[in-house]
Amino acid sequence: MQSNKNFVVGIFDDEDVLLHAVEKIRHSGVRIDEVYSPFPVHGLDDALGYRRTRLPIASFMFGLMGTILALFTQTWMLGYDWPMDIGGKNYASLPPFIPVTFEFTVLCASWGLVITFLIVSNMKPYSWPRSYDIRSTDDKHVMAIDLAHNKMSKDEIGRVLKENGASEVNEKNF
Amino acid sequence: MIADEKYDFKSQTKTKLFILGAVGLLFLIVGIFMAKNSGGHEEHHASTEISKTLTASVAPQEADHQMAAAEEHHGSPVWLKRVYAAVWHNNIFFIGLGIIGLFFVAIQYAAQAGWSAPIKRIPLAMGSWILVGGIIMILVWFVAKSDIFHWTHADLFDKSSKSYDPIIDGKGGFFYWPLQHGGFPIFFFLRMVLFFGLWYLFFAWIKKEMLAEDLNGGSTHWFKARKFSAIFLVIFAVSSSIAAWDWVMSIDTHWYSTMFGWYVFASWWVTGLTAITLIVIYLKDAGYLKVVNANHLHDLGKFIFAFSIFWTYIWFGQFLLIYYANIPEETIYFINQMHTAPYNWIFYANLFLNFVFPFLLLMTRDSKRHESMLKVVCFIVIIGHWFDFYNMVTPGVMKLEGGMGFLEIGMGLIFTVVFLFVVLSALSKMQLVAKHHPFMEESLHYHI
Repeated sequence: MQSNKNFVVGIFDDEDVLLHAVEKIRHSGVRIDEVYSPFPVHGLDDALGYRRTRLPIASFMFGLMGTILALFTQTWMLGYDWPMDIGGKNYASLPPFIPVTFEFTVLCASWGLVITFLIVSNMKPYSWPRSYDIRSTDDKHVMAIDLAHNKMSKDEIGRVLKENGASEVNEKNF
Repeated sequence: MIADEKYDFKSQTKTKLFILGAVGLLFLIVGIFMAKNSGGHEEHHASTEISKTLTASVAPQEADHQMAAAEEHHGSPVWLKRVYAAVWHNNIFFIGLGIIGLFFVAIQYAAQAGWSAPIKRIPLAMGSWILVGGIIMILVWFVAKSDIFHWTHADLFDKSSKSYDPIIDGKGGFFYWPLQHGGFPIFFFLRMVLFFGLWYLFFAWIKKEMLAEDLNGGSTHWFKARKFSAIFLVIFAVSSSIAAWDWVMSIDTHWYSTMFGWYVFASWWVTGLTAITLIVIYLKDAGYLKVVNANHLHDLGKFIFAFSIFWTYIWFGQFLLIYYANIPEETIYFINQMHTAPYNWIFYANLFLNFVFPFLLLMTRDSKRHESMLKVVCFIVIIGHWFDFYNMVTPGVMKLEGGMGFLEIGMGLIFTVVFLFVVLSALSKMQLVAKHHPFMEESLHYHI
């Protein structure tokens, strides 16, 4: 876990206030690191200006890997390594391989997607995500601002947060 | 909140449709002359030889049936049979578009869907084809039944006849009950009339409620339309399946597939969805339907993407079961399609047009939200499913004499023009966007 990171943490009670605050705070030149909320807030991604996730691409690649792997494995095993006569069909015939290929594609695509997601969001095993404020799992929206990413001072950022409706402004060091 | 908006069926549009129809007619006439003068008789005998060797290798008993069928099918000249097959193929295809229009509306009511509120008039207008398609079907059935449906030949049911067919006689009750086998297929005919009658009745009821809502507002019309929709869905679940057996599967009388009802429905449904999407996109291009935005198109795109995969699943399910079981009277259906031109290239093209292209092209979010890409995919899918229905109908009717050329394309164009004419004039007679739809506000703010 990284150390020596200083954050200003703004606490918001209401998602409408939060949404407008995000826009105004970004407009005033403060770079927001992340916002944690207890439930999905509609439009928050757009307000934060996030790029669209590239997870679908990863999922497609995993799926493609599954397709190729399944087709190759079945063809090699049933066609060449240990040919078996099943109902008089050709050893390496495509139609019976399709259901397995389909299932393996789905398996690889979905597990690949989930595992990639867990890794990129720092939720892999033996790594605990930072908690800026434990109340983000209850009823507060928590906005984290990394001081290293901002030119403004701690107090200035705190003032901007208060002006835009933050109910509390705290500090957090990791 | 919704301004009055009416589709104006301009005379320029009508002229364009007429030109397209004239091209179709020209194609049809050229196609008929080509089919007449191609001297198909020698070819026919040569191909019968191929079929004998081909089917003999599969199953001796089935080969006999095939040969008997090929020899005895001398009712009409080849070109006329091709015309009948093309009419039946196109009629089944476009009836699908009509009935799916009503089915789509009913699904939206039953699911209490909000997103579709501004586009529901387009499928509703498509539903007005049900009556036209039904009339065409009944007329064509009387004219062409002995060429399209092998089971209408009375000698198949006559035990003293040489061509007595115990298998078809065993299935005869499905067509002829309660009358004698080989007479007038009253049960089959009544089902045809009953289905069109019921579908049209529910179309009229739902349409009445939707249009009354424009005038009166309130939610009572919505609830009534939902009630009719729910009942219609139950009826449609049964009738669409039986219609698929009656009108399509019974062409290949010996053959049967337990998945066929689903298969025809899947093909109809995805074609209907693409037709709705295409009409919405063209209306938007023409400046109508300003309330429809990328989010609504995204949902339509997801529908097409998902149900293209669903169709593939059904297609493959049917194919794999028959391939694996390897029962001669079932495999012959696919053997004929995979080894005879033009069915063979259509058979493989089918998978690319209806699965590979929509699957890869519509996978990303952006392609579903942009009209240009959606339009391309819609055309691919519509043409693909037109070929799909071609392969369901024509091989059974034409056996080895089938063709895909000017005749079939011309007939397809003519049907397209008449269909668009009926749908667009129905659309121009109502509000293009529902005025007092209870979910309209939700749909205007729809965001995904």
